[in-house]
Formats: sequence, structure tokens, C-alpha cells
Amino acid sequence: MSAQFYVSPEQLMKDRADFARKGIARGRSVIVASCRDGIALIAENPSRTLRKIGEIYDRIAFAAVGKYNEFESLRQAGVRYADTRGYSYDREDVTGRGLASVYAQSLGAVFTADTKPFEVELAVAEVGDDPAADQLYRVNFDGSISDESGVVVMGGDAQALATALDAAWGSRHLAGTPFDEVIRTAAAALPQAAGSPEAGTLDADLFEVAVLDRAPADPRATRRTFRRYGKDEVLRTLGGKDGA
Amino acid sequence: MRTPEGPSFVDYLARERPDLLPAREPTPAPEGVRHATTIAALAYDGGVVMAGDRRATIGNVIASRHMEKVFSADRYSVVGIAGSAGIGLDLVRLFQVELEHYEKIEGELLSLDGKANRLAAMIRANLGRAMQGMSVVPLFAGYDPRQRTGRIFSFDITGGRFEEIEHHTIGSGAVYARGALKKLWRPGLDAAAAIRVAMEALYDAADDDSATGGPDLVRHLWPVLYRVDADGALRIPDAELAGVAREIVAERSTEAREA
Repeated sequence: MSAQFYVSPEQLMKDRADFARKGIARGRSVIVASCRDGIALIAENPSRTLRKIGEIYDRIAFAAVGKYNEFESLRQAGVRYADTRGYSYDREDVTGRGLASVYAQSLGAVFTADTKPFEVELAVAEVGDDPAADQLYRVNFDGSISDESGVVVMGGDAQALATALDAAWGSRHLAGTPFDEVIRTAAAALPQAAGSPEAGTLDADLFEVAVLDRAPADPRATRRTFRRYGKDEVLRTLGGKDGA
Repeated sequence: MRTPEGPSFVDYLARERPDLLPAREPTPAPEGVRHATTIAALAYDGGVVMAGDRRATIGNVIASRHMEKVFSADRYSVVGIAGSAGIGLDLVRLFQVELEHYEKIEGELLSLDGKANRLAAMIRANLGRAMQGMSVVPLFAGYDPRQRTGRIFSFDITGGRFEEIEHHTIGSGAVYARGALKKLWRPGLDAAAAIRVAMEALYDAADDDSATGGPDLVRHLWPVLYRVDADGALRIPDAELAGVAREIVAERSTEAREA
């Protein structure tokens, strides 16, 4: 029998939070931005199959940084929550706020009760009828939740990235900007852009891009606004000239 | 948040929220239940068309002139229902979520055969009620990107799944619609011709089956018609269907023959 040392609750929580923060900072970054055409989600992700961005429901998307197995299980749970709710009530009754608060509750419960906190940070985005109606939520590893306006930056050195993005963005007005320009600016600000073979060009393989399209032009479009960019589309978007 | 395994929404509900699933116990068929009637589907060059009339009946009474019985199941497939309308609509709604759920969890679409098999399993679950007279048998069609063709599947109440060649009809007016399709369907139809053939088939069904509604020129009601090709399912706009329906009525009035 080994005697247990006393650890104060403050110290315990601090240790857990430090542990989770370190895990998240090791990962690559994700940017979620609300703009004129809808909400753009851009991730540094060289993998074609292990995704960081996912569709949850008609107008709701999910983005995450941290440990893949942990956020993937949260993504799937989110899809189950949304589909069950939409099926038992109505599709309109599934909201980003509802989903974000369920995530916050489960992450909070894991943080305090489980042996190890989740090393993840999530963003839940819901596209509205106009940029002012867009909703962005950030949910932390400890279950703390905040609603953000305009942009959410997560993972890696998020602070430095947010500063870089601010600088790159300058005085342009996000709510009046089309997808292409937002995606290009965000991708260029991500640290991986520096790893592209030639200066001034961006390697499409390094990025995962998806959007929640406010007003899909496709006549066959269903209620689902989520659209993942294929490799060609990412290439085209990143290759274009500014303001094109 | 617990995370049960598997990409099936129906299995998930059965495990976690069985109260939300359509009732599966056999219950005697109550009176005054709405019935949906005729659905016709036919393949054409590069896709498939499915059309359904708009009438629902309770016994000899027209319960609805506005009912829609053909739905897009997902981007590349459509489903139409005949039989007990309430059970059919529930089945379609569940099937739509089932396909979308799979796509979101797995990150890719089910194969067309996979979709048809899932639908068959859902019909089998309703067998108890079907034996009591509350049957629903859908017609399923979609574009198969592997074979690059439109394909049609019919079902029976035991969950049997049968692939149909060229065309198929279900519902109370099915026999008459089938007769029309046999005469009008030809290999290599284009999309516009296929739409015309589907409309003719429904017209003939409505002509002889009192439970099937024809084009309603007074109320401006036209069948629900979907076309599915490599780009996905598209509901044909009412304006286009109105044109086709008026053409058919005009031609037949000019001839002034007994059908």
C-alpha cells in the first residue's frame, strides 16, 4: 500500500490544464472565419483522410485541433446528437448554440472527473442569413465556452497566428469579403505556408478547406450548406490573384 | 458524451432512443388511414426519372390533393411511397437521416446497393404491421456512379429487394401505368422524353384508377417528378411539368378518343 500525497484542488486543476494546453499547442492550427459568402474553415492538415473539419448539420460545421482520436469521437457524437434532435423535433431546431453547450458539458465533465483531460479545442460554426447572424463558438478542453465574432483561431501558437492574421488582414472588412480572398489570406498566415516550395505560392496539399455556403448557387443543393473543397478547388482558390 | 459505434442512425436509435423509432408491434389497421397511390420510375440514357401523383385517399374519399410521395433520399437517389401514407412518410424521413448520417460519420457516400439494402432492412422491421394491413412498399431509384447508369429497386413487405430493369411502377394504379410504360419506353430515351413518358404513365393510371389523381388544370397541381443523373437529383419545376401536362391533355382532347 502506498500512501497518497495530498494535492490541493488548485494544483490538480492547474496540472491538468497545463497538460491539456501543451498537447493542444503541439498540434497544427485551424482558422474559422465568417465572411460575406458564409463561413470558411481552413486547417493545416497534410492528410487527405484524417479530417479536422467536419459537417455536423444543415448549417453547422465543426473544426478541431489536438488529439485526433479525441476530437473525432466528439465529432461523431455531435453528428449523432444533431441527427437525433433534428429527427425527433425538426431540422430547424438543431442549433449551433445547443451543440456547443453539449460539447462544453461533456468536455467539462471529462476535465474534472476522468483520469486525463481531452487535449482538444473545438470550434462550432453556424451560418446565418447574413454575416451578422453567423455564430462562432469556441469550446476549450476544460469545458469553457465563448462565442466569438468574426474569426476563431485555434491550435499551435494561436496567439502569434492571430496577430499574423490581423496584420495580413489589415483594414479589410471581413463581412464584405468573398470566400476566395478569406481562404487565401488565412492560408498564407498559417505557419505551414512558410514550408511551401516557392515563396509566394501555397502548396494545396498542406491545407484542408471547407465552407458553410450562405446561398448555394447549385439548383440541386439540398438544405445542407457544408461543402468540402476538393484538391483542385483548393489549388484554384490558393493560386488566384488577390481580389480576383 | 458516449460514442456508440457504427455509422447507422437506425441502429443508434434502436440502442439509445427506441421510443423515436416508428412503432414495430403489429396493431390492427385502424380505419380512416390515408393511402398513397401511384409511383412510376424509368431509366433513361444517363439517369433515372421517378414520378408520383398527388392524391391520397381514405376509402372512397379523396383525403388530399396535395400530397407529395416522391422524395430525394440523398443527393444521388430518390424514393417514392405507396401504401399507408403515415408509415411511408415516417420511413422516408428515417431513411433520409440514415443516409445522411452514414455520409457524415464515414465521410463518404454509401453505394447505391448499400442504400437499397438499408431500405430493405427498414421495411422488414415493419413486417408485423404490414401483416395487419398497414403495409408500405417504397420504390427506390438512383444514379450509380460505378456503373454510370440509373438503377431502380422495388421491395416487398418482407424486405425482399428486387432490381428492376428499364422501368417499374407501384401502388393502386401501377397496372395501368405499367401498361403505358411498356408501350412508351424505348432504349436511349433522353431526359425530356423520359419526363414525358412518366407523365403519360401517370395520366393513364389516373384515367383508370380512382385513387390516382391526374394533372389538375383547375388547381394547377402537377405530379412530383425527380430526375437523377451524374450531377444528382433534381426536382423538375412545376412550370416545366405544367407544360408537359397541358401538351398531353391537348393532344388527347384533339383526338377525342376513348383513351
